[in-house]
Amino acid sequence: MTIRPDPTFHASPKLAMQAPVENYAFTVMLSPDGSQSDGIAVIDLKPDSDTYGQIVHQVIVPNKGDEFHHFGWNACSSALSPLTGHAFLERRYLIVPGIRSSRIYIIDVKDPLKAKIHKTIEPEELFAKTGYSRPHTIHCGPEGIYVSCLGGSGKDGTDGPPGIFIMDCETFDIIGQYEMDRGKQDKHYDFWWNLPQDYMVSSEWGLPPQFENGVVAEDLLSNKYGHSIHFWDLRARKNIQTMDFGENHQMALEVRPAHDPTKSYGFCGVVVDTTNLQGAIFTWWRDDDGKWQSKKTITIDPRPEKPENLPPLLQGFEAVPPLVTDIDLSLDDKYLYVACWGLGEMHQYDVSDPMNPVLSGKVEIGGIARGTKHPNGEQFAYGPQMVEISRDGKRVYWTNSLYSTWDDQFYPNDEGGQMVMARVGENGGLELDRDFYVSFPKGLRSHQIRLEGGDCSTDSFCYPSV
Amino acid sequence: MSDVMTVTALWWAVIFSGIYHGINPGMGWPLAVSAALMERRHTAMLRAIAMLAVGHFLAMIGILLPFSLMTFLLQWETDIRIGAGLIVVAMGVYLLINRRHPRFLARVHPARLALWSFLAAMAHGAGLMLVPIYLGLCTVAADEPGHLAAQTLMGNNITTAFVVAAVHTLAMTLAGGLIALVIYLWLGLKFLSKTWFNLDLVWALSLIIVGAFGIYSAYAAH
Repeated sequence: MTIRPDPTFHASPKLAMQAPVENYAFTVMLSPDGSQSDGIAVIDLKPDSDTYGQIVHQVIVPNKGDEFHHFGWNACSSALSPLTGHAFLERRYLIVPGIRSSRIYIIDVKDPLKAKIHKTIEPEELFAKTGYSRPHTIHCGPEGIYVSCLGGSGKDGTDGPPGIFIMDCETFDIIGQYEMDRGKQDKHYDFWWNLPQDYMVSSEWGLPPQFENGVVAEDLLSNKYGHSIHFWDLRARKNIQTMDFGENHQMALEVRPAHDPTKSYGFCGVVVDTTNLQGAIFTWWRDDDGKWQSKKTITIDPRPEKPENLPPLLQGFEAVPPLVTDIDLSLDDKYLYVACWGLGEMHQYDVSDPMNPVLSGKVEIGGIARGTKHPNGEQFAYGPQMVEISRDGKRVYWTNSLYSTWDDQFYPNDEGGQMVMARVGENGGLELDRDFYVSFPKGLRSHQIRLEGGDCSTDSFCYPSV
Repeated sequence: MSDVMTVTALWWAVIFSGIYHGINPGMGWPLAVSAALMERRHTAMLRAIAMLAVGHFLAMIGILLPFSLMTFLLQWETDIRIGAGLIVVAMGVYLLINRRHPRFLARVHPARLALWSFLAAMAHGAGLMLVPIYLGLCTVAADEPGHLAAQTLMGNNITTAFVVAAVHTLAMTLAGGLIALVIYLWLGLKFLSKTWFNLDLVWALSLIIVGAFGIYSAYAAH
């Protein structure tokens, strides 16, 4: 507990944009086959530092086989809501779940160069207290820390539906399930919310047997992955509306609500349309009657390719699907970044009019049957994946691994973990920075990035930008 | 000290406690800023402040009324005042040890400001802070020459409870409202987090001090 609110808590998105820039990035390092321990890499982002763009510290966990994926903060700007009484928490701990082991590490990063494990929550405790498994997305909110889980209970995580659980934001004790009425929700992936408007949106990937050992082609072609998003009354913990994008829109993954809490819209990325291999972005919004609506506002076409250049999984299609696997929205709600992990492209859309996005920038790097190199001449394995935007919106960072077993299916000949950065032009546009290229230690891949002091996919704001 | 001076001092205590509660962000003034910004209307702020005031007033009167009924038991007056003081001290000690904010407050819908304000005041013992001051006022009234009939006295005490709650809430509303207005109109949101101090410890100590004062004055008057 502190005397003043943490200086990295900002009342509005605009204030967060004006705050000092990030000095460090925290990036997940994962061992795809569990032969090494996973960890968090601390990367120096101070341009005038001698170790700029280098890994300056690593927190390596004692266990193996955790498979780190997504992670988040113990506290963010949402703490400035007086409703919750969290104003004097510190943004100090990273909550890092193992998506394969269901173990959760709480890592103290108060001094990033001396970051260390603060607490470990063993899988048995998580299973017993929540009935969920495979913890994934972390957000700090009204009742503490919310964690989405991709699996229910039982060995393969299909005994009962997956969902969200709440964790105490000071002791990190698991409190229990979030949902009081989950309605039709039976799969899980991402979630986020608008705190003053009191709604939450959650999305669907698939059940553990559909992803743990790789994508199941039969399930995908028979449209058995998730294709709905769910709207919730956040504080009443009730599913108020399930919106089906149509079963051909397989894997509705990241949900990105507008950061400005006066706005009632957001975006959701869909990995693949099984009718035409397109990737898609849906804009969702609340209409005047309070009902949620959605419309497909971005489509990205597949690229034709000779079968001999393709991995076995794709040879029958003679095309490279874009595979929209992550999206991120800048804090001014102006640019939406869309990672096309299959094509090997990062797209920047101007979404000032959320119903009519305009492609405003594009970077090619990596990609199936293309493997575009970084401007510094180095290789970039796989394609652009987890993307994170600096608070001021001027720098966009991304890594390359999607998920261990999926990497191996779509890029059977690639290996390696990289993180790169692109600079955003004054009026949009995107260009890779030649001098920023992080290569992760041999045998480790990389996934989600968190920026010191918050970024564009962590903080929730309780006051509008004015 | 003369009764007049005591009464004046106690009424000032009612006003100061109101200002004190008002400037505490935990009692809700940032919500008034948020309401005005969210709805982009000045009047939304007035409405939010009014809702917070209603909730706070109800929490004050909800605590004071049971005590005003007890003042009917004149022969137990000292015991009641000591007991009340002990309750207030106990609440302070509890808040000192348990520095956690109750999670149920986070489950109130953000638009239900009166309910939130009521619950927040109750959970933090805001009403209890007034009890020793209020009982002091009742005692001075009871000591007035001419000894009023018990029923009249109780009626007077109930009226006093309403006036104390109203004056306190008015002071609280003006103080909190002023901060909200200044931030909204002039200083800007940046000052929201700058004017936010952790009063948890001071708050708990205030309860202990006020409670101890209640016990002391009951003994002194005895």
